[in-house]
Amino acid sequence: MPESLPIVEMVGISIAFPGVKALDEVGLRLFPGEVHTLMGENGAGKSTLIKALTGVYKIDEGEIRIAGEPRRLGGTADAQNAGVSTVYQEVNLCPNLTIGENVMLGHEVRGAAGINWRATHRAARETLAKLGLGHLNPKHSLSALPLALQQLVAISRSMVARCKVLILDEPTSSLDANEVEQLFTVIRGLRDQGVAILFVSHFLDQVYAISDRLTVLRNGRFEGEYRTSELDRADLISKMIGKDIAALKSLDAKASRRVRTDDAPLYAAKGLSRKGAIEELDIELHRGEVVGLAGLLGSGRTELARLVYGADRPDTGEVTLGGEKTEITTPAKALARRIAFSSENRRDEGIVRDLSVRENLILAVQARRGWARPLPRREQDAIVAKYIAALGVRPADPERPIRLLSGGNQQKVLLGRWLATEPDVLILDEPTRGIDVGAKAEIQEYVSDLADEGLSVLFISSEIEEVVRQSDRIIVLKDHRKIAELEGGRDVSAESIVTIIAEDGLGDPSADTAVREEATA
Amino acid sequence: MSANAHRPAEALKGLVRRQYFWGIVAIALLLLVNLIKDPGYLAFSIGSSGNLVGNVIDILRAAAPIILIAVGMCLVVATGGIDLSVGSVMVVAGAVSMEFLSGAPDTVGSGLAAIGLVIAVSAALGAVNGVLVSVVGLQPFISTLVIMLAGRGLAKVITGGQNTAATNESFRWIANGYVLGLPVVFLLALLLALAMGFLVRRSALGLMLEAIGMDAKAARLAGVNRRALLFTVYILGGVLAGFAGVFATASVMTVDVSRTGYQLELDAILAVVIGGTSLAGGKFNITGAVVGAILIATLDKTVVFLGVSSSATPAFKAVVIVVLCLLQSERVRRAFRQRRAATARPAEREAVAA
Repeated sequence: MPESLPIVEMVGISIAFPGVKALDEVGLRLFPGEVHTLMGENGAGKSTLIKALTGVYKIDEGEIRIAGEPRRLGGTADAQNAGVSTVYQEVNLCPNLTIGENVMLGHEVRGAAGINWRATHRAARETLAKLGLGHLNPKHSLSALPLALQQLVAISRSMVARCKVLILDEPTSSLDANEVEQLFTVIRGLRDQGVAILFVSHFLDQVYAISDRLTVLRNGRFEGEYRTSELDRADLISKMIGKDIAALKSLDAKASRRVRTDDAPLYAAKGLSRKGAIEELDIELHRGEVVGLAGLLGSGRTELARLVYGADRPDTGEVTLGGEKTEITTPAKALARRIAFSSENRRDEGIVRDLSVRENLILAVQARRGWARPLPRREQDAIVAKYIAALGVRPADPERPIRLLSGGNQQKVLLGRWLATEPDVLILDEPTRGIDVGAKAEIQEYVSDLADEGLSVLFISSEIEEVVRQSDRIIVLKDHRKIAELEGGRDVSAESIVTIIAEDGLGDPSADTAVREEATA
Repeated sequence: MSANAHRPAEALKGLVRRQYFWGIVAIALLLLVNLIKDPGYLAFSIGSSGNLVGNVIDILRAAAPIILIAVGMCLVVATGGIDLSVGSVMVVAGAVSMEFLSGAPDTVGSGLAAIGLVIAVSAALGAVNGVLVSVVGLQPFISTLVIMLAGRGLAKVITGGQNTAATNESFRWIANGYVLGLPVVFLLALLLALAMGFLVRRSALGLMLEAIGMDAKAARLAGVNRRALLFTVYILGGVLAGFAGVFATASVMTVDVSRTGYQLELDAILAVVIGGTSLAGGKFNITGAVVGAILIATLDKTVVFLGVSSSATPAFKAVVIVVLCLLQSERVRRAFRQRRAATARPAEREAVAA
């Protein structure tokens, strides 16, 4: 690709927050017709840099040039006028509007008598069709769409704005493989039209599949700009974390599988189901083991977890806990019976944004005690200090509002919240989503340690490799059904699980049953 | 906050940053306006039974019912809800107590019984709100609007459409009596507000209510029992409004079924907002609500004292409140600060250079 002039040039950008220097003389160049990836651990300053480019944060020092002209971005509107559009990690759309209204918001087609809704919806439909979303009805409500499709709607929204620079902040974190491919097709299409694309993702494979160039940040500093083809993965990772990657590899060679110490399961559900969420299935969880839920997005992983926790009320099912029959129909009941659940939706169902780290951490413990028995401040401080240290929460300031922490650190606080309730069963739904390599390894290791200490962990991840690596036993879900249950071992791999999912329902039914029998044997 | 309190300057700074600081400033300004009109406005005299008499005492007495409903409203607002029914609960409470006392002997016992009756009835009305909001899942605005409309009707049914009057000296003492020279109503209101503040901040109730108001979904998944808490909050709001109704009727020992508590829910909401609690729910401030209630009482008295014609009263009130809200707005204050910084900066540079 010829070295044309960069459309965006950020030079010597510094931004300080109270007490923290978030960015220290960072530079970034984006070229038209290129996909550029921004790499770095959580807290490296990726989000801050993006927000500087989109006008959300004011820069303290440095210069932003767009198409050669220095710009002062006083707000998101300035950035949009300059041709910079953003699709954020956590979709920022209006769920109560229709799909079409979301796509066209601010760009409605106007006629003599105000907005021409018919033309607006037609334009929305055309834009969606360009992205291969022609099957969506623009008049339907956005909230009915799964998160993955909402993401693509968000991208079509920025296409309407005729952007020259498109920023995709972790667009793939909630997409399955097909959807990622669909997204990449769209991104390549936009790239070939000359749009400069800034891409942020934690999935290395995706980074290498899509990007032409990458910039690495570490601790708010500029580490380097490279052509993707000239930097191999090991080098990239060591530049991101600033140390050797041998430490990370050790996790892959997980020494020995845990040996089940009890015969009777700690938690067992028979015929658990909920209409539209999960068809009747049995599930058992033992002490000291990690059970993984594998399956594609929308296969019912989260739905099953929510039933176990009582976040949704099961229609049928008989639950025994420690040998005793029980009913778990609300989260409060689950917590009282020492079951904890960390939701995949960290922003809406996890953190309480405006509360402090301390308040977020003790919330579940306090809720279980009831409001009339407040946790003494000394105990609160002890719990908070314990988990901030154990999980390495940064910054280690308990009174800071949690919304000011990076995603990975918010996740650690949430993990602390659930561990503070001293659960017997811990359900983790995508605990490593949107988290950098370092924090991911830390959390994975912590989960393994928990199981070694006798906890029963139900582990969910959209990365099948991660499920395989973490789990002693794997339940494979497809289309809201359980299609297999596998003992972890040498012969279980991501490939074999994908094969099971792919072959389920294909060909003759006997082959299908064979797989299941083999799996449960 | 507590660490700062050791140094008075820091504590003062903390106070200035609080939103209700502007409420205190506004109260002071209103008193100043009154003082300019009549230099003897703030004077106290000793009444016949050793009690204090003066305009300020009148203001405190008038503030008492507003303080109570504002405190209740503050908790409801923290959960992201609103309680429009407090004014109607007041009139029902007044009607129940007057109707009961008009047929009862003039004893302390019947006075206490009337109060017991008021607590029961207002708690029941609060519980209806609670059920509609937490169990049925209606929006708080609609649920409490229903009780607001039905309550005044209920009061008229109870008194048969009359403005019932009664005599009971001990009941009357609540509104007109004095302890330590101060009106009993004000002391009671303050005591109840303090008790509520103590209850929510020393237990985990405050944290739970804030969690619900900030993020209901996350709170539910953290095991917070939203239903029971909402139920409790609306009952608390109802009972506080019931007491406010007693305060409002006991001073004249007559319930005016069409005027008692009329539109006071709006005063309560204003008091809460002036006190720095966002109507969106979440963080709340009971001290602020009390300041807001006193401000509104001061404003009412000032309007009368300045002789603003009754038809212009709402407009006058509106202007004062809009100005106050502007002063509290973060955006307006930031604009002020930036202007100040812009003018101050050259001086700063010179200082550095020197």
